[in-house]
Amino acid sequence: MALDKPYLDVPGTIIFDAEQSRKGYWLNQFCMSLMKAENRARFKADERAYLDEWAMSEEQKQAVLARDLNWCMRTGGNIYFLAKIGATDGLSFQQMAGSMTGMTEEEYRHMMINGGRSAEGNRFIGENGDAQAQNQPQGSGKKAH
Amino acid sequence: MAKITASVYTSHVPAIGAAMDMGKTQETYWQPLFKGYDYSKQWLKDNKPDVIFLVYNDHATAFSLEMIPTFAIGTAAEFQPADEGWGPRPVPKVIGHPDLASHIAQSVIQDDFDLTIVNKMAVDHGLTVPLSLMCGASMPEIAAGAKAAPVAWPCPVIPFAVNVVQYPVPSGRRCFELGQAIRRAVDSYDPDLNVHIWGTGGMSHQLQGPRAGLINKAWDNAFLDQLIADPEGLSKKPHIEYVREAGSEGIELVMWLIARGAMADVAENPKGVAQHGMAPKVAHRFFHVPASNTAVGHLILEA
Repeated sequence: MALDKPYLDVPGTIIFDAEQSRKGYWLNQFCMSLMKAENRARFKADERAYLDEWAMSEEQKQAVLARDLNWCMRTGGNIYFLAKIGATDGLSFQQMAGSMTGMTEEEYRHMMINGGRSAEGNRFIGENGDAQAQNQPQGSGKKAH
Repeated sequence: MAKITASVYTSHVPAIGAAMDMGKTQETYWQPLFKGYDYSKQWLKDNKPDVIFLVYNDHATAFSLEMIPTFAIGTAAEFQPADEGWGPRPVPKVIGHPDLASHIAQSVIQDDFDLTIVNKMAVDHGLTVPLSLMCGASMPEIAAGAKAAPVAWPCPVIPFAVNVVQYPVPSGRRCFELGQAIRRAVDSYDPDLNVHIWGTGGMSHQLQGPRAGLINKAWDNAFLDQLIADPEGLSKKPHIEYVREAGSEGIELVMWLIARGAMADVAENPKGVAQHGMAPKVAHRFFHVPASNTAVGHLILEA
């Protein structure tokens, strides 16, 4: 019998479960390596060469090089691990989280100061809140598409 | 005899630590948040514990995907603040209490909670930000020139790490019952120690995907109400409700149920018989949005 995964119908969200964890094992372990200053320096000096030292899929490497955190998550990344890439780039958690919405840094910060994103319309896939697939990307990212 | 006399609950947002470390506490953005903890800093001085049992989660710092313990108790003599990628926080090292920690591990494991025992572990913002919020300099002190970080933490700390990173995390029910077992363990420790138990993390926040930035003030405040008045009922809340209503990282709030389960009013003896004491007194309650991506909640309950 398949495991119960009641969280698959939450929009704009990937729950890091055992399946995602297996998929993302080397991607996340690469991220862990960036907790050492010497590894951060080596990665920054030649990103591709450093990534090639890890048993990651080509897609995972491309997602890291593109700094596309949503893409990284789809290939098994977890945000607490991926945050080490952001730290290496000198980004805050807010900049990283905001980058996944399509909003500019300013727009995302403004949303948070105004009380954050509402849960209304964002509880179940199929509603029409701002986190739903049909409403991506958000903010001025929307106008560009 | 040792006794748990109070519980403290607080969010542990990394940006709060960064604001303190970089001297930003007096900025307009941060002032309201730090003012909410001025009472708490004085309260901790007036009610100084001998040991803090600090429930938090590791954020891919000490535990990578190589090992993912559901419940890990730190039994070491000391714990170093970790380099999470931005360099280590400039805060004091954490002094442990190996004797009480080992006693709790032995008691709780014999009480059917299979803890992982950790003798070497760096501690991340999940543990150091609550310590900074409760033990650092107050806003008036900082305004008068004091540094935010103290020279040393006021007492030994037992780190207790809960896996809330890889799903499934422990249920609220399991956390609540573990808190009851921790109370029994502390009750059976002979030296006279005043022990505080802290539950940290939350409140509503989501750090990932197009739904990042989710905040649910109404849900958070209902959680605080129920944590005070009906923690046993609250412990039955399923994971999916945390995720749907409080964001994927809001699930950290299950850790608050460990601290709440260790309070006198919900105590049980080893046979599961209720030994209920008085309802706790709410010494302090504070709620603020936002700190970076997160709703900040804070409670102090006295037994």
